[in-house]
Amino acid sequence: MAEYRINSPISDADAKMLRAGDVVFLSGTIYTARDAAHKRLMELIDAGKELPFDLKGSAIYYVGPSPAPEGRPIGSAGPTTSYRMDSYAPRLHALGSKASIGKGKRNDAVKQALKDHGAVYFGATGGAGALLSMCITAAKVVAFDELGPEAIRKLTVKDFPLLVINDSVGGDLYVKPDLKAVGLE
Amino acid sequence: MRTLHSDVIVDAVAKMCVSANRYLPEDVRRSFAEADAKEKAPAAKEIFRQLTENYELAEKSGLPLCQDTGLAVFFVEMGQDLRIEGENIREAINHGVRKGYEEGKLRKSVCDPFTRANTKDNTPAVIHFDIVPGDRLRIGFMAKGGGSENMSRVTMLAPAQGWEGIKKFVLQRVAEAGPNPCPPTVIGIGIGGSFDYAPILAKKALMRKLGDTNPDPGLDAMEKELLAEINKLGIGPMGLGGVTTSLDVKIAVSPCHIASLPLAVNVQCHSARHEEVEL
Repeated sequence: MAEYRINSPISDADAKMLRAGDVVFLSGTIYTARDAAHKRLMELIDAGKELPFDLKGSAIYYVGPSPAPEGRPIGSAGPTTSYRMDSYAPRLHALGSKASIGKGKRNDAVKQALKDHGAVYFGATGGAGALLSMCITAAKVVAFDELGPEAIRKLTVKDFPLLVINDSVGGDLYVKPDLKAVGLE
Repeated sequence: MRTLHSDVIVDAVAKMCVSANRYLPEDVRRSFAEADAKEKAPAAKEIFRQLTENYELAEKSGLPLCQDTGLAVFFVEMGQDLRIEGENIREAINHGVRKGYEEGKLRKSVCDPFTRANTKDNTPAVIHFDIVPGDRLRIGFMAKGGGSENMSRVTMLAPAQGWEGIKKFVLQRVAEAGPNPCPPTVIGIGIGGSFDYAPILAKKALMRKLGDTNPDPGLDAMEKELLAEINKLGIGPMGLGGVTTSLDVKIAVSPCHIASLPLAVNVQCHSARHEEVEL
């Protein structure tokens, strides 16, 4: 397990180099999208319309931030649970997105998409929204403003702390529950 | 007959919404420290370090602990010798939620189930009313996050399944939820009542302080037994492995139909945000 400082948009080489368990401090531009925004993105793709941001090399952060207080670019901004975006993620990776950021398990289709397209799934610490907010230096709504917390925001991050959960070679950091220890297996 | 003006309720509710989202309760802080002391794995210790820094930062900066500032859930016990003047009590509580979530810069996380259009003020709150003796008003508030709520389940066991069946269902639920509900979790368990009442018992159990003792010694022993079993799963903080999959287990029971054994498992995230006020 290694520690890296990586820039976003993420290069193919960087995404492929990362392994489950690596600690990554991400800097640069990332985009927020959660349930409602993903649905809208799929509709745009289906209709062949232009997307509100360039997917190539993009890192998509599953987050619905709290409102920005006076003098700060954004409110609390920790990850939401990722499985709800599982049905959308493979398509975004196929179109060039190199990473998603969230918390919790991904399904097999997402893990396969990471392998097929040389991408990674990062975990951020759930419930550490105030702490993670401090690594966000700028935020701007770039699409679907009417979705409120679910709008797509362009974030500038500096040393955003992440863990590689799933990598492009099938690695998975999450611990399998010990069912034997409790007599369930 | 005592009279209470609804403005008092509005202000008290607004204040609780903000403070519960900014200040991690003392019992939860203590629970983090105790759990951290038991962990040896660096990843588990790192999560507790981040969560501790997070609550210190939230307190200092005024940012909410988590961006998911929750669906507002209330347990209200209203003395039957109390009369409310002004707004009716349900409207007063929702008014307090609107005020607290706006003024506290909290996220509005409530939407229409079909159109998914946000109601933009975090109402309606989910309010459980109870009428009790006396002339006081007790309002318990929980900011309930969606991620942990999604991992909750209710089931109707056969009476023959008993305590062993209950344990098995809870352990399977916690194992299946894995890293999703932001472990280390708190597990609220409602046993008995009916299909609708068991989950209310489970949620109400989550209003208790972490590390307290169940007044029923039998239930207290069951809580401790189940917590020890859950923590053998090894899921650990954020699913990265460790001896703390849950911080606590809380059980509430009620008699049920002779044919049934209703069971509800309400999963709460590590930052068990709850507060109570008596007016």
